Amino acid sequence: MTDVQMPAGDQAQQDGPMLAADGTTLKRSLARSLRRRKIQALMLIAPLLLFVLLTFVAPIFDMLYRSVENSIVSNTMPRSTTLLKDWDSATGELPGEDVYEAAFYDLFLAKERKDHTKLGTRLNYERTGLSSMFRQSGRGMDKIADAYLDPLKDLDKDWDEAEPWLDLMGDADWVAIAKDARAEEAPNFVPNAEIVTLLPNTVEAYAEFQTFLKEEDPRKRLGREEPWGLVHIALFNDLEQTDVSAYSGPGADRLAEASQLVQSGTVDIPTFAMGFADAHDGWVNIEIWRTIQTYSPKATTGYFLNAVDMKLTPDGAEFRPEKERVYGLLFSRTIYMSLVITFSCILLAYPVAYLLSNLPLRQANLLMILVLLPFWTSLLVRTSAWKVMLQQQGVINEVLVWMGLIADDNRLALINNQLGTIIAMTHILLPFMILPMFSVMSTIPPSYVRAAKSLGANNWTAFWRVYFPQSVPGIGAGSILVFIMAIGYYITPAIVGGNTGTFISNRIAYHISSSLNWGLGAALGAILLAAVLLLYWAYDRIVGIDNVKLGG
Amino acid sequence: MSQTGQNDAFVEFERVQKSYDGETLVVKDLNLTLPKGEFLTMLGPSGSGKTTCLMMLAGFETATYGDIRLDGVSINHIPPHKRGIGMVFQNYALFPHMTIAENLSFPLEVRKMGKSEREAKVKRALDMVEMGAFGGRRPAQLSGGQQQRVALARALVFEPELVLMDEPLGALDKQLREKMQFEITRLAHDLGITTVYVTHDQTEALTMSDRVAVFNDGRIQQLAPPDELYETPSNSFVAQFIGENNTLEGTVKEMSGETCLVELANGAVIDAKPINVSGIGDKTRVSIRPERVEFNKDRLQEGAHLLKAEVKEFIYMGDMFRTRLSVAGNDDFIIKSRNAPDQTRLKPGEMIEIGWLPDDCRALDAH
Repeated sequence: MTDVQMPAGDQAQQDGPMLAADGTTLKRSLARSLRRRKIQALMLIAPLLLFVLLTFVAPIFDMLYRSVENSIVSNTMPRSTTLLKDWDSATGELPGEDVYEAAFYDLFLAKERKDHTKLGTRLNYERTGLSSMFRQSGRGMDKIADAYLDPLKDLDKDWDEAEPWLDLMGDADWVAIAKDARAEEAPNFVPNAEIVTLLPNTVEAYAEFQTFLKEEDPRKRLGREEPWGLVHIALFNDLEQTDVSAYSGPGADRLAEASQLVQSGTVDIPTFAMGFADAHDGWVNIEIWRTIQTYSPKATTGYFLNAVDMKLTPDGAEFRPEKERVYGLLFSRTIYMSLVITFSCILLAYPVAYLLSNLPLRQANLLMILVLLPFWTSLLVRTSAWKVMLQQQGVINEVLVWMGLIADDNRLALINNQLGTIIAMTHILLPFMILPMFSVMSTIPPSYVRAAKSLGANNWTAFWRVYFPQSVPGIGAGSILVFIMAIGYYITPAIVGGNTGTFISNRIAYHISSSLNWGLGAALGAILLAAVLLLYWAYDRIVGIDNVKLGG
Repeated sequence: MSQTGQNDAFVEFERVQKSYDGETLVVKDLNLTLPKGEFLTMLGPSGSGKTTCLMMLAGFETATYGDIRLDGVSINHIPPHKRGIGMVFQNYALFPHMTIAENLSFPLEVRKMGKSEREAKVKRALDMVEMGAFGGRRPAQLSGGQQQRVALARALVFEPELVLMDEPLGALDKQLREKMQFEITRLAHDLGITTVYVTHDQTEALTMSDRVAVFNDGRIQQLAPPDELYETPSNSFVAQFIGENNTLEGTVKEMSGETCLVELANGAVIDAKPINVSGIGDKTRVSIRPERVEFNKDRLQEGAHLLKAEVKEFIYMGDMFRTRLSVAGNDDFIIKSRNAPDQTRLKPGEMIEIGWLPDDCRALDAH
């Protein structure tokens, strides 16, 4: 055999890693040859993968994100929430003047952007009444600012006019363009250099005002709008500290007058805290401040706690009072009813699936059409049909009364309760139980039962000891399918469930489409998802997911 | 089949007929008697009715007409689980959700046997098929041959007097099949069980059975021990079906007791033994086994008729030479010769003369 050339692979086996014919390692060579096929395969599934990512994975993650997301509070009230972090609510004292001042700036800006009502709606989920409090406080913020404007206005009416402010604050060239009615777009604000050094806070506030105007409408003529109260307050603060006598630009007289007034100390300015108290009683209620403080962080467990009948308080999570608890009941009812539906489906589907897989082909096909018929009918029609069947004046009750089995004034309540939901959903989900069972049963060869009988087992023993254990994977697959579909079912419980037969999904739908509390809806959905995964895991541990078969 | 065997008849089919659709008979007038301890094989092509017969015996099919008796008792109306017949299925039918030991224990459990007795019997049965170490495994963890042994052990563990086997070796490879053939016969004889074995593999039937029933078209064509079946087939179906066979068509020309002369289509005349030809002028099909054909004149009888033949192909098979000839218009005439040092190796194109002993050439029916 000396003339036989040893293949490269065999040689390599003796010294070091396996080599391919061209000397590269076999592993790399294999990876290279497989890569092309992998890429091809990936390209083929790419559209579906993309579709699934966009329509399935992304919404789920979005839902999970929404269930903890809470940036609206800190985004709308950035200054005050930062200060509130250091406020110790346990002392029983209201927050300090600095917090009120910060809250004033936050709310003033929020009011201008009309964000304060959104924040009110958000906080209203946690504490009723906050929605109206925030709505009303919008006007209160103007009142607080008016305390500064009014004395200035008494000195000179120009302090409440748009154009004099423009002249005072802006650079001369910029003012000329800003006032030009023909300008296509307002230019960015350029401050008067002299004023910047004299009144830095005022310029800053004014610049913010101008930026806001420009964002609102780029083509707005800047000279038309009177500045915010924030500008007046900033001017007050500046004039308290600065000597403006050296200034000689536009509006120098007005400024000097105002400076005199401010420095004289005769103007009576109330504190921000008093202003807030005027705006709404809530602002001097320590509980409301605690609520705002509790919900300041960008992420919150509040939605999840709400979803399990608890609430987040400054002292941590605690259960809601007995009569406010709804979700625990709904979750347990959903799971209990889904289990009942699953078991009813098993009981009804097993004989049908058995017949399907053991009848001669012709009869089995006919039976299969009957099983599939519901699939070809609209879900809504089927559910509505059940309404006709089950209601007090419905077919079943009428027949029972006609037969004399029940009294006319004692008709059975078959609908708008749990019984109605169970009956209708068992019917609707039955095919999902029959089909996996059938596909498993049809793979069980008849020789097993024959073997059992030849070994001395009677019909029942042969079925129970030999046939049934082999059909269990079908029951498992059907049960998982039916249970998971049932636990998230929505339409049927909504139509036939009444008050006592609704599922958690009906509540989720309510929060998504009616109360618009998406965070709570998302949290409920996330808990439902977790419950399903948990049950799936438990099923895997107890029965083993390998024992689930949807077909041969 | 005769009345004399009535006393030791263990299994009896009497005038049994079976039809599935009410129009055609799958089994036509079956009469069969098995004494205790016999190994009988039902051999036949698919659709010949052999499996139906087995299923009727097991109780999974009912006879349309006729009587099936087991140990003198009619079992037509006894359900399968009360017949006490062991059965080995084609796909083994080992219960996949039970271990090997549980599979074997099953027939004992349904007979309400005690635990210790069950365990002892299971162990004995597994040891019997040399599978003692595999009791804890699942069927899917065993090879085909191992599953086959377990299926056999399961059919025997409750000590039935009759065991039915439905093509049990069909799924095994050749080597394993031969080994199992031997083991099954050994077990059947050692335990003294009556066995009915269904197969379409004639080698299996010949090597294993005490008697073979050749089925075709719903009837038993011949019921005989293997050697008789091979050497003296009683009609041309059996001759064709069992073993390799050369046939020549012809007409009976002369009959003289134990031998006859048959004139072939090309006018050549050969000696044959008349089996089911009735007289001169009958169309016949003569059958000669390939290994009984001789081309060495020294070994032939004096005065034997010879046929001219042309060698078409020579195939070297190791222990044998297989030569294809063209004889009297038949291009597929095969002869087999033993690979011995003095054996002639024929070459294609060579013209030779062949002959045989008249006893080896049987004149059978022509259809």
